[in-house]
Amino acid sequence: MNHLDTLESQSIYILREAFNRLDRVALLWSLGKDSNVLLWMVRKAFFGHVPFPVVHIDTGKKFREMYEFRDRYAKEWNLNLLVGDCPPVEEMDPTLPPAARSAARKTAGLKAMVARHQFSGLIAGIRRDEEGTRAKERVFSPRGEQNDWDVRDQPPEFWDQFKTDFAPGTHIRVHPLLHWTEMDVWEYVRRESIPVVDLYFAKNGKRYRSLGDQDITFPIDSTAATLDEIIEELHSTKISERSGRAMDHESEDAFERLRAAGYL
Amino acid sequence: MPITSTAPRRSSTQSPVRIVIVGHVDHGKSSLIGRLFYDTNSLPDGKFESVRRACDARGVRFEWAFLLDALMAERDQGITIDTTQMWFKTELRDYVIIDAPGHREFIKNMITGAASADAALLVVDADEGMQEQTRTHGYLLHLFGVRQIAVVVNKMDKVGFSEARFQEVAASVTSYLWSLGLDSEHVPVIPICAREGDNIASPSTSMPWYTGSTVVDALDSFPRPVGGEDLPLRLPVQDVYKFDDRRIIAGRLQSGHLRTGDTILFSPSNKQARVNSIEGWNADGPIIAARAGQSIGITLDQQIFVERGEVISHSANPPMLSKVFRGRLFWFGSEPMTVGRHYKMKINTAEHMVTVEAIERVINVADLSGSDADKVERNEIAEVVLRSRALMSLDDFSEDPRAGRFVLVDNFDTVGGGLVSTDGYADARSSVAIKSTNITRVAHRVSLEQRWVSNGHKSGIIWLTGLSGSGKSTLGFALEQFLHAKGYQVFVLDGDNVRHGLCADLGFSPEDRAENIRRVGEMAHVFANAGVLVITAFISPYRSDRRRVREIAGNLFHEIHVKADLATCEQRDPKGLYRRARQGEIENFTGVSAPYEEPLQPELLVDTTNHQPEESLQALIGYVEANFGARSLGDLLSARESLRAAS
Repeated sequence: MNHLDTLESQSIYILREAFNRLDRVALLWSLGKDSNVLLWMVRKAFFGHVPFPVVHIDTGKKFREMYEFRDRYAKEWNLNLLVGDCPPVEEMDPTLPPAARSAARKTAGLKAMVARHQFSGLIAGIRRDEEGTRAKERVFSPRGEQNDWDVRDQPPEFWDQFKTDFAPGTHIRVHPLLHWTEMDVWEYVRRESIPVVDLYFAKNGKRYRSLGDQDITFPIDSTAATLDEIIEELHSTKISERSGRAMDHESEDAFERLRAAGYL
Repeated sequence: MPITSTAPRRSSTQSPVRIVIVGHVDHGKSSLIGRLFYDTNSLPDGKFESVRRACDARGVRFEWAFLLDALMAERDQGITIDTTQMWFKTELRDYVIIDAPGHREFIKNMITGAASADAALLVVDADEGMQEQTRTHGYLLHLFGVRQIAVVVNKMDKVGFSEARFQEVAASVTSYLWSLGLDSEHVPVIPICAREGDNIASPSTSMPWYTGSTVVDALDSFPRPVGGEDLPLRLPVQDVYKFDDRRIIAGRLQSGHLRTGDTILFSPSNKQARVNSIEGWNADGPIIAARAGQSIGITLDQQIFVERGEVISHSANPPMLSKVFRGRLFWFGSEPMTVGRHYKMKINTAEHMVTVEAIERVINVADLSGSDADKVERNEIAEVVLRSRALMSLDDFSEDPRAGRFVLVDNFDTVGGGLVSTDGYADARSSVAIKSTNITRVAHRVSLEQRWVSNGHKSGIIWLTGLSGSGKSTLGFALEQFLHAKGYQVFVLDGDNVRHGLCADLGFSPEDRAENIRRVGEMAHVFANAGVLVITAFISPYRSDRRRVREIAGNLFHEIHVKADLATCEQRDPKGLYRRARQGEIENFTGVSAPYEEPLQPELLVDTTNHQPEESLQALIGYVEANFGARSLGDLLSARESLRAAS
């Protein structure tokens, strides 16, 4: 098997473990490239079916192209789409820097969604190579009753025996893409012809490398207008993938605090 | 990525090789990593210069470990306790370093990293030599299945680049790895000085006596991990889907190959079926074959009930079935493991409740000696016997490293991981297979109680178990003679006798012993149902075999331990067998070269070491009269008498 086959097979194994071991599971669909890849592999894992709800936590501030993409493929792929609202920014922790505070709305919306549907497992498309604290993650990562993440005391995880036993009231975040890199994702998108939001492709010398809320996400300088060009660009760049995501860079620990509190 | 350039930018058809770097604290793991990044041009632009400038500004000597610290600090934003992953590349291929902190407390994270590593670098300080964590990490690498290891003897500058000192350290590490069972002749041992870059990517000028490979060469020469394609088929059932009109059995091939049309065997249920199709989604045309590593789904030619946890194999090379096995495990539970405790065991996709039947030894990693213990403490390694109520599908770790490993869960937490050894345990597959079909049990018209009443005593099985020479046959035949004289329907089944006829086709391997005992158990059961008191005289060394007879015969089974210590039996040696076993003429001889598992709760224990044969016989007679004699019939007998009186 080649590299992408190996990655795909491992991710499918993880998705099937999540579906089998967890009672009420949902997939978080941010509409970005990673969660699209994830959704694609769900359909592979379950032979064309998506056997659990697909959740979009909507800050109300996404790009128009993202909403269009969501509505089109929710219908085309026959998804059980649940859209969750987020509380206003005024209700968020006032000690957070502005962009992180804005992003914290998403965590609050997610918590409300988990509470409403009593999900015991949330599948998310985060990757180790994206960002420092995500590098610490487990594939099956327990969350406390407050959705909190105790990075200092994580369960051991080996031999693909994941943590599937947990106290009532807690839930598990499942990360089937943890072992992928940004390059892997784009190569897989190309190989499988997976649809992605148009904003990733350069227009007028700019493209988005990572998609978030309109007001705290910025495009990079790029002329990569096709999948081949994006992959070519990634070979040479030394700029980080999330450089256009304001909340990562406001202060040393802003993103860590967001994640410890339950952010993806 | 906020920090490093270390994510692979090379598109690759091959996965990066996963490296774990282990060793005692302060032996130079971080320096080695920093230097490896530098020497392979894997550092972000300007990173080296900025750290160097920071050192100059503060007036401290530059250390390669600072480089790693700087990368980690940025990456980790203050959190440093865990395995993280950093990429670097050589001209040949990409690597991921799974960082394994050397501190004892971090072992839980280290094994998370080590268990997924393809290869390891074991770092040893040339001056200090092997230390506690060198041994522990070496042992854990072995336990967690990392077989490709290079030893790096660091800080050669501290010992004046001495070849003699290097040879000394190399010999001690090599011999330790050898005693773990590693093919240590093929483990490269490399003298380096990480600080100066000696033998990292280019040969050292300070050690002209060393002509072996550099660290980079050693890494590049590790063969790619094999995917288990050359092993027999193992496909653990992960789930069964019925989303549409197909009933799809899903799982990932752990090893071997599978083709449509193959006849497959499910373990432990022992059911068979044929593969009707290999299902896919968005695939180009039908799939006819799959191989190790692939996540697949199959449909069968018939609707048989199978569920998660079963292991699919071909019938030619199936896993073993057993309720008991020996595990070598690493324990990290906060509570110690103790005999009699129950844990949830996860093996492949199966889960079993297991009981700790015995803690055979706790291993001291310093000298690999074992010691008796009644519990296993956190961070200890031990050999234990685990038993479940149901049959388990088991593969020995040495034959199939992927299938032969398990984890234990206590409440919500994973508390241990270990390797399966089936050595010395019998395969119970023959016992679960009823090969004839279309058979139904027919009821007798004469009840067992009616037979007892007409014989004047109860029937059952007096199962004598004990070492060869303990006195089973002598006692058995004496008991038969005595009871016959008393009017009992009684018969002795003796080990040597049945091996001339009923079991003439069987030898003394664990499997054959198990089958021998199964046949004897079935036959004794028929005798007992016919109203006969059956006395059996078989070594029957395995608990599992005797337990199976108890399962066959139920309350009719009475286990009698004829106990004599090995020295006494060997001294008696009535058939000269011990002598021959000691000379190696007889294999699998119980007590010498095969185990004897003493009964845990026998109905009666007869001690023939400390008692005269006549005393032992009286003890047996007393037991029989109390449990099988006329008086034991009680109400049944008075019923007969009242019948007689009525007629």
